[in-house]
Amino acid sequence: MMLRRRKQQGSASAASEPVKPEADSHHSSTNERTTKTDINGLQEDKKTASLVPAQKPQRPLKKWGCMHTCCWLIGCLWIMWWTVLVLYNTLPSLPQYVTEAITGPLPDPPGMKLAKEGLQAHHPVVFVPGIVTGGLELWQGRPCADGLFRKRLWGGTFGEVYRRPLCWLEHMRLDNETGLDPPGIKVRPVSGLVAADYFAPGYFVWAVLIENLARLGYEEKSMHMAAYDWRLSFQNTEVRDKTLSRLKSTIELLVQTNDNRKVVVIPHSMGALYFLHFMKWVEAPPPMGGGGGSGWVARHIKAIMNIGGPFLGVPKAFAGIFSAEGKDIAIARAVAPGVMDTELFGLQTLQHIMHVTRTWDATMSMFPKGGEVIWGDLDTSPEDGFDCSLKKERAEEISVCESQELNEKQLDLSGKPQTHYGRMVSFGKEAAEMESSKIVRKTLKDFNRGNLPVRANVSCGEVWTEYHEMRWEGVEAVVEGKIYTAETMLDLLRFLAPRMMERADSNWGYGVADDLDNPKYQHYKYWSNPLETKLPDAPEMEVYCMYGVGMLTERSYIYKPSSNNDTCYIPFRINASAEGSSEGCLKSGVYFVDGDETVPALSAGFMCSKGWRGKTRFNPSNVASYTREYDHAPPLTLLEGRGTQSGSHVDIMGNFALIEDILRVAAGATGEELGGDRIYSDLLKWSERIQIEL
Amino acid sequence: MLRRRAQAAGASQNITDGSVPDSGDGKEKSYEANVTESKQDSSPTKRSRKLGSSTRWKCIDSFCWFNGWICTVALALLLLSKILPNSLPGYVTEVITGPLPDPPGVKLAKAGLRAFHPVVFVPGIVTGGLELWEGRSCADGLFRKRLWGGTFGEVYRRPSCWAEHMTLDNETGLDPEGIRVRAVTGLVAADYFAPGYFVWAVVIESLAKIGYDEKSMYMAAYDWRLSFQNTEVRDKTLSRLKSTIEMLKQTNQGRKVVVLPHSMGALYFLHFLKWVEAPLPMGGGGGPDWVSKHIKATMNIAGPLLGVPKALPGLLSAEAKDIAVARSIAPELLDSALFVLHTQRTVMSISRTWDATMSMIPRGGETIWGAFDKSPDDGFNCSVNRLECDEKKSCQPDMTDLSTGQEPPLDGKSTSHYGRLISFGKEASKMSDLALFNKRIKGDRVSPIKANSSCGDWIEYDELDRDELRAAVEGKVFTAEAAVDLLRFVAPQMMQKADANWAYGIADDLDNPKYQHHKYWSNPLETKLPNAPDMEVYCLYGVGILTERSYIYKMSALNDTCSIPVQIDTSAEDKENCLDGGAYFAEGDETVPTLSAGLMCAQGWRGKTRFNPSQSPTFIREYKHAPPANILEGRGTMSAGHVDIMGNYALIEDILRVAAGASGHDIGGDRIYSDLLKWAEQIPLKL
Repeated sequence: MMLRRRKQQGSASAASEPVKPEADSHHSSTNERTTKTDINGLQEDKKTASLVPAQKPQRPLKKWGCMHTCCWLIGCLWIMWWTVLVLYNTLPSLPQYVTEAITGPLPDPPGMKLAKEGLQAHHPVVFVPGIVTGGLELWQGRPCADGLFRKRLWGGTFGEVYRRPLCWLEHMRLDNETGLDPPGIKVRPVSGLVAADYFAPGYFVWAVLIENLARLGYEEKSMHMAAYDWRLSFQNTEVRDKTLSRLKSTIELLVQTNDNRKVVVIPHSMGALYFLHFMKWVEAPPPMGGGGGSGWVARHIKAIMNIGGPFLGVPKAFAGIFSAEGKDIAIARAVAPGVMDTELFGLQTLQHIMHVTRTWDATMSMFPKGGEVIWGDLDTSPEDGFDCSLKKERAEEISVCESQELNEKQLDLSGKPQTHYGRMVSFGKEAAEMESSKIVRKTLKDFNRGNLPVRANVSCGEVWTEYHEMRWEGVEAVVEGKIYTAETMLDLLRFLAPRMMERADSNWGYGVADDLDNPKYQHYKYWSNPLETKLPDAPEMEVYCMYGVGMLTERSYIYKPSSNNDTCYIPFRINASAEGSSEGCLKSGVYFVDGDETVPALSAGFMCSKGWRGKTRFNPSNVASYTREYDHAPPLTLLEGRGTQSGSHVDIMGNFALIEDILRVAAGATGEELGGDRIYSDLLKWSERIQIEL
Repeated sequence: MLRRRAQAAGASQNITDGSVPDSGDGKEKSYEANVTESKQDSSPTKRSRKLGSSTRWKCIDSFCWFNGWICTVALALLLLSKILPNSLPGYVTEVITGPLPDPPGVKLAKAGLRAFHPVVFVPGIVTGGLELWEGRSCADGLFRKRLWGGTFGEVYRRPSCWAEHMTLDNETGLDPEGIRVRAVTGLVAADYFAPGYFVWAVVIESLAKIGYDEKSMYMAAYDWRLSFQNTEVRDKTLSRLKSTIEMLKQTNQGRKVVVLPHSMGALYFLHFLKWVEAPLPMGGGGGPDWVSKHIKATMNIAGPLLGVPKALPGLLSAEAKDIAVARSIAPELLDSALFVLHTQRTVMSISRTWDATMSMIPRGGETIWGAFDKSPDDGFNCSVNRLECDEKKSCQPDMTDLSTGQEPPLDGKSTSHYGRLISFGKEASKMSDLALFNKRIKGDRVSPIKANSSCGDWIEYDELDRDELRAAVEGKVFTAEAAVDLLRFVAPQMMQKADANWAYGIADDLDNPKYQHHKYWSNPLETKLPNAPDMEVYCLYGVGILTERSYIYKMSALNDTCSIPVQIDTSAEDKENCLDGGAYFAEGDETVPTLSAGLMCAQGWRGKTRFNPSQSPTFIREYKHAPPANILEGRGTMSAGHVDIMGNYALIEDILRVAAGASGHDIGGDRIYSDLLKWAEQIPLKL
C-alpha cells in the first residue's frame, strides 16, 4: 500500500509541469466537480482522444496531504496491527514453532517431564515472595489518587508512576516514625497467586514455577502465595495486617485439607528472612508470637527451599541506603534509569527514592549481618583471592557498556592488586587498596553527631533524608574515616541517619550472638537474623539454600564526596570512574564477587554449608541442610526470553534445574534423593575461613 | 470525511460518465500511438495504469483512511479522558441532576461508623469467575486464564473448546478426565463479572470506606457448577471457608463474622451452616455451637431460599430468560433460527451437567408455590406503579382505579395461574376443570429407551419417544411438585443426580435421621437453623420488578429427533393477567419471586418454629425498584434487580450498619413493600 501511494505521488509530481486549467478543475473541490461534471466528461473525452497525458494535479493532493495522509497512515498501521494480532492469535504455537525451527526441539518443561515420570502433587506448597516483587494496591488514599481504589500502585504496568509521580510517591512511602501507613493512606499487598506471579506484564516471577507445579496436579487448594507488604518490618506485617497469623492459619489449613501432609515452603529473596521470622514467631508465646508452641514447625513444615535467600544480607543494601545507588535493589531505579542518570533530574529523583526507601523498614533487613566475622575486616575477607577473570566471558558481557568508557586510569601494578572485600565502603581507590597499616584515618568514635553542629530546620524541599540536617563538616569527617567495614558501616549510618537507624535497630539485629540462650534473643528483632536465632526444634525438617552462581555480584564500593557542597543533596556518590585492571574485580567503583547478581554466594550459602550444617548452636536439633547451586548460563537465543538456565536473582525462578528440584521435593523426595549438595563456587573454602563459634 | 466521500462519489460519477471505457479506449489507442509516435510513448500508459490504480486506491485507501480517522478520534478522546480530572463524569452528572448524594460508605464514615465485624461474601451462581488449570490441547496457553467471567474472549474464539472445558462429567458431576477448571479466588473472583459490570465491587468499595480491607473481608468463592457437597470433596471449599471464618474472628479481636450471601450463595451458606456442625466425615466437625460462636449475622441478598421457577424452563428447554447468563452472552445468535438449534442444545447439555442448576428448582411443592386452583400470590396486580401508589399520597387520584384493580375479578374466570408452574397451552393454564389435573406423571416410561442415538450432546431427549412425550404432556398442567416429576420423566439420569444432591420437599419430622444427609442441608424446609439464638438472619431483596412465575409451553414444531421437543409458547399474551411472552409474572426482583426470597424470614423462621428451634431473629428488608434516573447513573443506585441490587445505596447502607455493629432492630427491623405477609398467611406451612 505504502509503496503504491508513494509512486502515485511521485508520478503526479513528475508529470505536473504542463497543467491545464481544465485538468486542474478536474480534481478540485466537489462543488466545482458536481457542476462541471458534463464539461469534465467532455474534457475527458477530449483528453483521451487527443492522448494528452493526464496529470494528477498537485494542489488537491496537497490539500489532502497532511491531514488525510496522516489519517491514512494511522489507519494503515491500525489495520496491519490488527491483521498481525489476528494472525498471532489464530496461530498460537507460532513463536514456539519458530524457536524450534531455530534451536531444535525444546526440552520438555520440567513439570511435563516429571509428570510423565509419574510424579504427582504430594506436599502442599507455600510461596513466600521477596522484596519488591509483590504487588501493592491502594485501599484508601488522598484525593490525587481518586479512582485508583484496589488498583496496583506497585507491580503491573506502573502506569501511575508516570502519570502522577508525586502522588504515587506520597502513597508509596510510609510514616518515618512508625514505619506504618501515614494517616489517611492505606496501601495493602495484593493477595492470592496473582500477587507475585508476574511482576510486570510478561516479566514472570513465580508464574513458571506455578505452571510447572500445576502440571503435577497442584491447584489453589494445595498452593498458597504468602503475600505480605514487603515495605514493612516483619513484625509490623502482623501488627497491621495480621499477615503472620493468616500464614499460620493457612499452613494449618493446607496440612489439614491435604491428608495431613506437611508443607513445603519456598521463600524467595527476602522471603527467606521473612520465613525465618515466621518460624520463630509461630512458636513464640502470644502476644509477641503466634502461640503455636514448640513443635508447630516440626508438625507442619516438611522443607524450606530458600531461593536466593540473602541470609546474611546484601552489600547492595548499604549502597542503596547510603546514596540510593544500589544497582537493582530497588527496581524503582530501573523503572526510569534514563531519567535518573541525567544530572538535571538525577539529584531530586535520587533524593525522592532515598526518602521513600528510607521509610521502608524492610530495606534495612538486608544490611549485611554478622559484621566483620562474616564479611571480613580491613585486611582479610573470606572471599579474598576470588578470580573475576574465571568468569571472564560473563564479565565481558556485563561490562560491554563500561568498556566503552575511558580506561585511562587503569593502574598497571606489577602484581594484581589485592582486593579487600572487607572494606565495604572506601573513600578513594587508594584507601581501598592500601595496606591497612599505612592507613591513617579517623574512627567514628572521634566524632559523633552530637559534637557536630546540626543544621536547624533547613528547608531542602519536602524530601526527608536526614542528610540535610548535617553540615558539610560532617560529610568531610565521614570522608576522612576512609574505610568502613560491615560493622563500622552500621555505625556510620547511625551517625548519618540516626532516626532511621533507630527504627532499624528496633526491628533488626545485625550481629552474631555470643550466647543464644540469653533471654534478650526472645525479642522479635533477632528472629530474622540466622546468626542470632536457633532453628526451631524440627529434626525432620529440611532446609535448602538454592541460589545462582556464576554472575558478578556487588560486594564492596568505592565512594567519593559529591561535588556540590550542599547537604540538601545526597553528599556521597559511588566513584564510577574507579576501574581496576581488566582482570580485576573492580568495575566502575564496585568490587564484584561470585553470586547471583544481587546476593553474594557467601550470604546465600553460608548458613547451609556451615552455620546450620550438622548440630550447631544455630541448629540445635540437627535439621538437615542442603546447598544447591545453579551455574548461570545466559539464554542462547533471543526467543528463549530470560532463559531456562539463568542463575540470576529473579530469573532463576525460570531455571529448569531449580524447578525440577522443587517439584521433586514437593512430590515427596528428600534432599538426599535429589543428590545432596551441589556446589560450583568456592563457598566451602570461604566458609572454612570464617571463624565462627558453632 | 464528507469532502472525501463527495470526492469519491465525484470520481465514481466520473467513471460512470464514461471515462473508464474511454480510458480503456485510450489505452488501446495509446498502444497504437506507441507504435506510431515514439515521443509520447510512456506517458499514456502511465496514465492509464494510474487511473486503474486510483480506482483501487479509492476502495482500500478510504477504508484505511476511515480507520485512521476513527483511531485518531478515539485516541484523542482517550487522551482527553486521561488528562481531564476523574471527577468530570461526576461533575457532568451533578450539573444535570443536582448534587449527588454521598455514596453510603462516605456518608457513614462521616457519621463515625468504623469497621467492626469481619465480613464474608458468598457469591451466587454464574457471577463467580472460573479459570483453567489443566485442559486439552485446544486450550493451550490458557493456563490460569478465565474461562468464565472477564471478557469471555474464548467463547468466541474457540467455542467448542470452551464448551468442552465448561462441561462437567454427567455421572460424577465433577471434572472430566484431564480437565481442571477451578474457581478464581480472592476478591477478584466476583468483584466484577465482566469489565465494567460490577457484582460485589460497589459493596467492597463502600466497606473499604469505613475501614475494611482484606484482613477483614473475604470472598468465599466456590465452583458454582458443582453440587455444594462436591465443592468440599473436590476443592475443600467448605473446609477453607470454615478455617477462614475462624481466622477472621481470631484476627479481628474475636468479633463474629457477618456473612453476605448473594443469590445461590444463600443456599450454599445454608449448606455450610449444617455442614460445619455435622460430624466428620460428611460434615466439618465444628461441633454444635460453632455457628453461634462465629456468625453474627447472615444477610441473604436476594436469596432464592425456596428456589426459582426460572430453573424449570432452564432445565426443560434451556430457555430461562437470564438464569444462565450463557444465553445472554449471545442473544442475537440464540434468537436467530439458524443457530438456535445447536446453541440451545449445547447450552442444555452443558448446564445439565452442572449439579448446581438443579439446586434452584422450586422447593416446598404445592404448599408453597400453589396448587392447580389456588396459589398464595394470586390476585397480584401487574400494573407498573403499584408500589408507589400504595405509599405515596400523590397517587390518590388513581386509588379508585387501583382498588378496583386489586379486587379479584368476579367474572368467574379463574386467575389462579401461578400454581400451574408449567402449562401446555394457554387454555390449560386457565382451565378451572379440576378433574383434568389429577393424572400425574410417574417416573417410569412406557416405551423402551431408545438406544444411543447419535445426536452428540447429552440431553436425554434423544432417548425419549416423541409420541410418548406428547401423550404425557399435551394439554396438561404441572404444579411445582408435578414439574419435578416431569423432569424426572424427561431426564431421568439428570434427576438421579439431582435427587442425590438436593431435596425439594417439606419435612414432616425434622428429627428423622434421614435429614442428616447432606442433600437436605440447602433446603430450608428440611433443615433446622443451627442452634444460634444470637445469630440474625436477614432476607434482603428487591421488589417492584415483574418476575417470571409460571410458564406456558408448547410442543416444538420441529420433528427432528435431535431438537428439544418442548419450548415456551412465546405467543401467549394476556397483559391483564400478567401473561407476557409465554410467562406469567409476579412480584420479585426479576429473577427470584418475592415469595421465595422472603417467605422463610416472614414465616418459616419467624419466631420459634420447627425450622428455627433456637429462635434466631429474622429481619425482612425489601428494596423498592427505581430505574436509574439517567444514563449517567449506570445501573442505578436504587435498582432492585437481582444483581444490580448490589449497587443499591439503601441495601449497602444496611449492610454497612450491621457490619459496623448494628442489630436488625437498630436499622429499623422489617421493611416490607410487597404483599408478602398477606401471602404468607395463606400458606399452610406447619411451623
